[in-house]
Amino acid sequence: MSKYRYSQATAPRWFSLSVFLAFVAVFPAVSPNAYFLNILGFAGIYVLLCTGLNILMGYAGQVSLGHAAFWGLGAYISGVLTAKFGWPPVVALAASVVGTCVVALAVGIPTLRLKGHYLAMATLGVGMIFHTFFVQFADLTGGPSGLVDVPSFSVGSIAIGTTLGNYYFIWAWVAIGLMGALNLSQSRMGRALNAIKGSEIAAECMGVDTYRYKVIIFVLSAAYAAIAGSLYVHSINFVAPATFGFMSSVLLLTMVVVGGIGAFWGPVIGACILSLLPEYLRAYEGLEVLLYGLILVGVMMFMPNGLAPLFSNLRLRFRSVNRAEGGG
Amino acid sequence: MTELLQLLISGLTIGSVYGLVAVGFCMVYNTTGVINFAQGEFVMLGGMMAATASSGFGWPLPVALVFGVFSVTLIGLIAEKLTFGLSRKPEVLNLIIVTIGLAIVIQGGVMMIWGTFPKELPAFSGEASLKVLGARVTPQAIWVIGVSVLIMAAVGFFMKKSVTGTAMRAASSDRGTASLMGIPVGRLSTLSFAVAAGIGALAGVIITPLTMTSYDHGTLIGLKGFCAAIIGGMGNVYGAFLGGLILGAAEAFAAGSGGSGYEDAVAFLLLIVLLLVRPSGLLGGTGGERVVKV
Amino acid sequence: MRGEAILSIEGVSKSYGGLTAVSNLSFQVAAGAIKAVIGPNGAGKSTLFNLITGIEAPVSGGIVFDGCHMNGLKPNRRAALGLARTFQTPQIFENMTVLDNVLVGRHLHGKAGLFAALFFTGASRREDLAMRSRGFEVLEKVGLADKAHEEAGDLACGQLKLLEMARALALDPKIVLLDEFAAGLTRQETEHMMTIVRGIRDEGVTVLLVEHDMHLVMNLSDEIVVLNFGEKIGEGTPEEIQKDERVIEVYLGTEV
Repeated sequence: MSKYRYSQATAPRWFSLSVFLAFVAVFPAVSPNAYFLNILGFAGIYVLLCTGLNILMGYAGQVSLGHAAFWGLGAYISGVLTAKFGWPPVVALAASVVGTCVVALAVGIPTLRLKGHYLAMATLGVGMIFHTFFVQFADLTGGPSGLVDVPSFSVGSIAIGTTLGNYYFIWAWVAIGLMGALNLSQSRMGRALNAIKGSEIAAECMGVDTYRYKVIIFVLSAAYAAIAGSLYVHSINFVAPATFGFMSSVLLLTMVVVGGIGAFWGPVIGACILSLLPEYLRAYEGLEVLLYGLILVGVMMFMPNGLAPLFSNLRLRFRSVNRAEGGG
Repeated sequence: MTELLQLLISGLTIGSVYGLVAVGFCMVYNTTGVINFAQGEFVMLGGMMAATASSGFGWPLPVALVFGVFSVTLIGLIAEKLTFGLSRKPEVLNLIIVTIGLAIVIQGGVMMIWGTFPKELPAFSGEASLKVLGARVTPQAIWVIGVSVLIMAAVGFFMKKSVTGTAMRAASSDRGTASLMGIPVGRLSTLSFAVAAGIGALAGVIITPLTMTSYDHGTLIGLKGFCAAIIGGMGNVYGAFLGGLILGAAEAFAAGSGGSGYEDAVAFLLLIVLLLVRPSGLLGGTGGERVVKV
Repeated sequence: MRGEAILSIEGVSKSYGGLTAVSNLSFQVAAGAIKAVIGPNGAGKSTLFNLITGIEAPVSGGIVFDGCHMNGLKPNRRAALGLARTFQTPQIFENMTVLDNVLVGRHLHGKAGLFAALFFTGASRREDLAMRSRGFEVLEKVGLADKAHEEAGDLACGQLKLLEMARALALDPKIVLLDEFAAGLTRQETEHMMTIVRGIRDEGVTVLLVEHDMHLVMNLSDEIVVLNFGEKIGEGTPEEIQKDERVIEVYLGTEV
């Protein structure tokens, strides 16, 4: 039966994921202060966003240049429904996922029919349009200065509004998202997506409905973004359009690229590093921007597969050294 | 009626700039297949350099303008050699992301060197506006439209008729084969990038007297110029320019009919509409579905 | 049923702008036979395969497979009908393992959708195991079983061709279209492939192949159709084709 085992990466990945999640669960006990915990909570939101984007870019080989729009859409739907219409936050979360997915369907269905980078262009356009709407529909969204008084999450009557509560709630969703992504990569659908990325024509000739799968995965990545948006708005109790512009979409792209497009750990690595980086660059305004640009250019030029392969190489080397010393 | 004409003129003015940016996109795309997201930054940089030369160094205006264009052309050339030339995996998708990074680098660099305050350039031939058919037209607007049309014609002629231009088109169509035919694909890529940077800088230089320039002006102009290129047709210089004019006019009319704040969305709405209806652009070839060669 | 036409090309034409690639082409492929398509370069052979698999659409005429008119059907729907192919330049999924490549060929034999993918249900687990065991069988048939967990991108040229064959066979197809499978192979590798092809035919699968290697064509095929400039200039058994004057004049030369 061992011949039929899954590709060699599977069991070790589940193991690494468990270790990682255990670390995340325990971290608050050793965290220096609440501020740091807050930042790590946000890192979690970026991990979720990037996992969704990575599924689209890495597993299916499509590019989205407006992913922040789905993030914003999720945030605003959830925020408006709770702040203006008094919906319970958990229901609003579900509604934001549904709403965002509908929009993603509307964008994906016509554009994914075309070959080439048309999805990239369409998502660029959608991103900019939604940003404009976030600013202009001031009655609903609060305009450029944003929407305030958004309530925190609560399950029943238990509010989760504390820094610690937000941290765990966010990372719980991240855990679900990561596990879903891992399952996806090992599944029949995951193989089909990889095939589409490897050679779309061959995948099609082998019976894969490439168009349908691209649409499905585009909507799935939007769903991830919507959840991240809802988590975002309910943890800071505020949302403003500036967060969801073109530069934000570029930031998400950068995180995925730096982490490694298609690699399972890519989004985690990229999101954690690049969301923690600004904390050390506060002082220099232009420098932060310049550095982001240099990182993006440098990684794409010299390490086009991102940082994740470096980690997996290390792990392989570690394991072979172990085996050599420990003997069989 | 004069109001409409006024709107049209102001639309065509900014539309000419979009058109030039679109032509820049076209050049790089037609040679390398890459969408150069730094195109807008070249526009901003052109204005910046010229403004610095003029008010910072105190050079006479014509010299400052020429400096603006040439310095940015040089920057574009160097940028291409350092990025496209050295990339380990020069696939189109990677290179597109590289240009996005390049755009950010340029913006960040400008922020650090010049700060965030806008810079200005004096109008080329004074401020006194003329009256054309009842509408007021500033001389600068005439400069903008005139220079843009000239550049568009020059580039179009070059791409179609000259040997280098044809070589560029061949290179984008099939890089490998073009290379085998003896076409210096790498050098053409550099050339197209440098020329696109120069065109962008020129656009920046002629529009800055009207709009001023600052570190973040490039992004939106670049994106809108890109939309214009798609609207008019990426494969076609004249189409791209036309797309720019159409976009400029549409924006002006949108702003004029009361939806101020929405005009930024016009470009992207048109982009989406075109992608759905005619992805190859108004003057592009037939249909969107390209046959994949096996 | 053996002997009846399983694939029928009926008056198919295809042109690109001014260039006619295929012109009013008609022929049939009998079920369970090995049929070869030969002709000089540019004769329209690759276009023909693209038309049969649905990558391109004919300007006129139709293609009938197993009683089904295929005009308008996308390639993945044609694969579902039992039509598999290999490519002249191997279109391997280099980012996946050898086994995973073959499993993509097995895609249509599974049903697990998005929900099953994300949450890895018991049913999809069972389905996956069944697919894997069948995938291994196919790899054993072509002799690549020992490389199952290697990266497909690491394989040598001849092995890539074997992998493409395995992937196509994993479909459990009714017909396999082989596009110049011998190109770039050594004599030994070619013989190995020929054995596999005969094995396929013996299991009842029809084979339509495009080839330049005349030794292979004459020894392997039951029937041959000859194209030139997109038109059929000859059809028959290898013996008949070798004697056909028109074919000799255009393509074969005097000695075969």
